[in-house]
Amino acid sequence: MSQFTATPRNHRQHRRQSVVKAIFLLMTVLLIVPVLLILTFLIVKGAPVLSFEFLFAMPENGMTAGGILPALVGTVWLVTVALLASVPVGVAAAIYLSEYAPDNWLTRAINLAIINLAGVPSIVHALFGVGAFVLFFKFGTSILAASLTLAIMTLPVVIVSTLEALRSVPQAFREACWNMGATRWQTIRKVVLPNSVSGILTGVILEVSRTAGETAPIMFTGAAFFLPFLPQGVLDQTMALSLHLFVISTQVPGVPEGFPYGVALVLISLVLLMNAISIGFRTWLRGRKKW
Amino acid sequence: MGAAPEIHPRPAAADRRDLAWWVDKSVAILVFTGGISAIVFILGIFVFITKEGFGFIFGSLDIGGFFGSTKWRPTSTPPTYGILALLAGTASVTGLAMLIAVPFSLGAAIYIAEFAKGKTREVLKVLVEMLAAIPSVVWGFIGLMVMNPLIINAFDVPVGLCVLNSGVILGLMAAPIMTTIAEDALKAVPDTYREAAEAMGATRWQIVWKVVLPAAKTGLVAAVLLGVGRGFGETMAVLMASGHSVNLPTSVFDSVRALTATIAAELGETSVGSDHYRVLFTLGILLFVVTFAINLTADLIVRGIRKK
Repeated sequence: MSQFTATPRNHRQHRRQSVVKAIFLLMTVLLIVPVLLILTFLIVKGAPVLSFEFLFAMPENGMTAGGILPALVGTVWLVTVALLASVPVGVAAAIYLSEYAPDNWLTRAINLAIINLAGVPSIVHALFGVGAFVLFFKFGTSILAASLTLAIMTLPVVIVSTLEALRSVPQAFREACWNMGATRWQTIRKVVLPNSVSGILTGVILEVSRTAGETAPIMFTGAAFFLPFLPQGVLDQTMALSLHLFVISTQVPGVPEGFPYGVALVLISLVLLMNAISIGFRTWLRGRKKW
Repeated sequence: MGAAPEIHPRPAAADRRDLAWWVDKSVAILVFTGGISAIVFILGIFVFITKEGFGFIFGSLDIGGFFGSTKWRPTSTPPTYGILALLAGTASVTGLAMLIAVPFSLGAAIYIAEFAKGKTREVLKVLVEMLAAIPSVVWGFIGLMVMNPLIINAFDVPVGLCVLNSGVILGLMAAPIMTTIAEDALKAVPDTYREAAEAMGATRWQIVWKVVLPAAKTGLVAAVLLGVGRGFGETMAVLMASGHSVNLPTSVFDSVRALTATIAAELGETSVGSDHYRVLFTLGILLFVVTFAINLTADLIVRGIRKK
């Protein structure tokens, strides 16, 4: 028998391999499919409630009728202010880590801090927001306090994705620029940033998705259960979609059955849409890359 | 050949003291400030929650009673602050969640990293990433509206908000994150290992079992640790799905209350500076310290791999 013919042992191994592969596939499917089913259920229950009025009318009768406009507007406020605060800081931090940081203890400490900012429970961020922004800096419970809390919590998202974008610019580009006598900053501004700006944008969109869904950090720092008006400035309190879902599904009696499903559907559509845009954008960028 | 002539290049940019030089210096300082901001914030978090919680730790804290008593009655007179039941609640929910999430997410990670190919792999990765993006309040809502009736009907129990409910929800929440990190750990194993094994005639499964998994072991441990951290710190989903009653659970159908959920539910009712307010910050310190330890350990493990 030639030594390259399959032996019974080979066949056995092959069969075992197929079985194992099927088991792993099954595990993957079991991880994903139930969640897809649940999402479908949310869509089926929530879709009938959605209407122009539901999205763009004020809540009435103690949130048992009317729409969700203040929550929608509030979430936009919170996300916008949070982005204004975290994107500049996050991009600066990523530029430092990618372009300047030497491999020393300080850089390691920064990396550890970033990991921990992402890992600290959201409710601890909320406590920090109360202690620091609401009480110490005397912002009171306001959009400003809530957004800054959200900004610090989601800072790692911006840093990590910006870092990935900056690092994907080949080192040779920088060296070519330095050799022309450009300073470090000139190199970053004219060569590194233009080549990574879309990657950074991907991270920002991802942060929108994260920020919009957070509930615990804004509960005590600026989001209100119910407000009959829209926020006028950053020192006002506001309603928010995420907290609104919590409130009408657990705290308020007499809410029509479809209402919470409607809010959940709006929130999840917003979050997943942002996420999908970010992923699609990233895939498109990778495919387009010239180097 | 003789010694190479010494080269003294004239650093064009470094010698100038013109506007570009000053701009460059100020930007360097600016981005450095951004860089250390992460450290400032993490220290800030610790300082501020400690500042608010300190009064309780040194004023009214009785360590034995705090950790050893199940009586969490912050509003009765005199109030008692025993967190044993809360610890048990957090531990039971996180434990069940990990029991569900660890095998499935490791299995999924192995499938995506080692078996799936081309389009299938991309689609699975995107799906897992999308699952990780579902907000925790939506998970809590799912626990309330989907899992609750499901458990009541399936097991014929009066209430479906319990360890089982929140454990399953938390497991589904933590699994995508663990899958992503575990997949990264598997990816970090050099392809030369796989090729060497393949050249010896090993099947795909033999390669995974005998070569890839042992090589990626520490990274997988880190993935599990980060999943535990995530479950331990989750707030809204646990608040909504666990039933939120102070209980030492004896079965998966018991309602429990978690540390995080307690803070979320009670902080709004306390007055600033009261013992109840401070004890909630003390719970925050506990959460901070435990998650910090978990993240630090995971980081050290991952760093250990990179060194090799």
